[in-house]
Amino acid sequence: MIYADNLKKNFGNIEVLKGITEHIAKGEVVAVIGPSGSGKSTFLRCLNLLEEPTSGKIIIDGDEITRKGADINTLRQKMGMVFQQFNLFPHLTVMDNITLAPIRLKKLTVSQAQERAYSLLKRVGLLEKAGSYPIQLSGGQKQRIAIARSLAMSPEIMLFDEPTSALDPEMVGEVLDVMKSLATEGMTMVVVTHEMGFAADAADRVVFMDDGLIAETGTPHQIFQNPQNCRTQSFLSKVR
Amino acid sequence: MNNFLVRINEILIGGNRYKLLLSGLGVTVQVTFFSAIIGVFLGLILALMKLGDKSKGILRFPYIFASAFIDVIRGTPSVVQLLIIYHIVFRQVKGMPAVFIAIIAFSINSSAYVAEIFRGGILAVDYGQTEAGTSLGLSKFQTMRYIVIPQALKNAFPSLANEFIVLMKETAIVGYIALQDLTKAGDFIISRTYNAFIPLITVAIIYFTIIKILTKLFNAFEGRLRKSDLR
Repeated sequence: MIYADNLKKNFGNIEVLKGITEHIAKGEVVAVIGPSGSGKSTFLRCLNLLEEPTSGKIIIDGDEITRKGADINTLRQKMGMVFQQFNLFPHLTVMDNITLAPIRLKKLTVSQAQERAYSLLKRVGLLEKAGSYPIQLSGGQKQRIAIARSLAMSPEIMLFDEPTSALDPEMVGEVLDVMKSLATEGMTMVVVTHEMGFAADAADRVVFMDDGLIAETGTPHQIFQNPQNCRTQSFLSKVR
Repeated sequence: MNNFLVRINEILIGGNRYKLLLSGLGVTVQVTFFSAIIGVFLGLILALMKLGDKSKGILRFPYIFASAFIDVIRGTPSVVQLLIIYHIVFRQVKGMPAVFIAIIAFSINSSAYVAEIFRGGILAVDYGQTEAGTSLGLSKFQTMRYIVIPQALKNAFPSLANEFIVLMKETAIVGYIALQDLTKAGDFIISRTYNAFIPLITVAIIYFTIIKILTKLFNAFEGRLRKSDLR
C-alpha cells in the first residue's frame, strides 16, 4: 500500500534521511521507533509530502506521488495525520473542526458530515464536547478530537507523529486506546512513537531507525526480545 | 459664564455655522469609512502577495511589487501622497469630486499599513495550523481562507481598529485639496468670527467623541471575536 524507494531528505547541508526503502502493507500497523534526530518524524512527514523528499520515490496504492504534477490534495484526503501538538483549529468548535474538511471538500453534505462527526465523537468518547472550543479540552481530549477529525475524511491510511509525546502521563492511555481500537479494525497505520508498550502490543511490525536509516525491522517480539542490530540493542537498553 | 454661552451661541449657532461643522463631519466620516473598507481589502491582497513566493523567477513579482509599494507609501507623508494624486494623477480629469480623490488617496495610504498588520497577523498563526489543514486534503487556498485568515483577523483586529482611528484623524489634511471636512469647517469659522478657541475646541470634542464611541464598539466586537479563547 505504501512503498518508499531510496527516500532521501536534506535540510540544507544536513542529510536527515539517507535512503529509506520500506514497504507497508494494507492493514499493517507499523511502529517507528528510534532515538531523537534519527529521522522518524521526517520519514513520516515525507509520506504525505508535508516534507518534500530530496530524492527517491513514494508510491501509494500504485500511484507515484513524488512525480511532478501528482494531485497531492486528493492523496492527502486518503491519508489522515495526527500531530504531536494536536493542531486543532482554535477558532472553531469541536464539531466544526471535524466537519470543516468533509464539507469544504464536498465529500459529505452538512447533515451527513454532522451525523458522521457525532458517531466519531461517540467512538472517541467525547460526544458531549461537540459544542466546545479546543481550549476547553484537556490534552488527551484534544488528541482524541484530532483523531476523529482525521477519521472524518474516511482515510485509508493514518499517520501518527508522536501522538502522545505532548500529553500528561495519565492521559496517554485514553489516546492509545483509541489507536489500538483503530488498529484492530484493520486501519493501515504508521505510528512514530516513544511508547514502547504500544509498539509491543498493538503493532504488527516495528521499524527501528537510527541516523537517517532503517537499522532493523521485525515483529515486536523480534525487535524487543531479540534485537540483532547493536544500535537497536543499545537504544532499547536505555529506554527500558 | 453666561457671557461664554452667549459667545458660543454667536459663533456656532449664528449664521447657521454649526451646519458647516455637521457637513464637515459628514465628509470626514465618508472619507474615513470608504478608505478603511477599500484599504482593508487592498491591504489583505498586498499582505498575501508579500507572504507569497520569494525564491523563484517570475513568481517573485507579486512579492517584489508589494514590498516596493509598501516601502514607497510608508516612506512618504500622506499629505504629499494626497497632493500628488490631486495635482498630478487626476490633473487632466475634469469634474472628479474631491471626495473621490481623497478616498483614493487614503485607501492607498491605509492599504500599506493594513498590509503589514495582516502580514503580522498571518505570521502569528502557528504553522501547525497550515499543516493540519493541508494534511486533511484542503488546498493551500482553502487552508488560508478557512483556517489561517480567520485566526489572523483575530490577531490583527486590535491593530486594525487602531489603524482606523489613525486614519480618521489623518483625514484632517483633506483641506489641502479644498475639501471641507470637519477640521476645515472649524478653520472656516475662525476666519469668519475671528474667534479660534470655540470652533477649535468644538472640533476637537467632536473628533474625540466619535473616536471614543468607535473604541467602545471595537472593544465590544473584539470581545465577541475572543469567544473561542474563553474557558
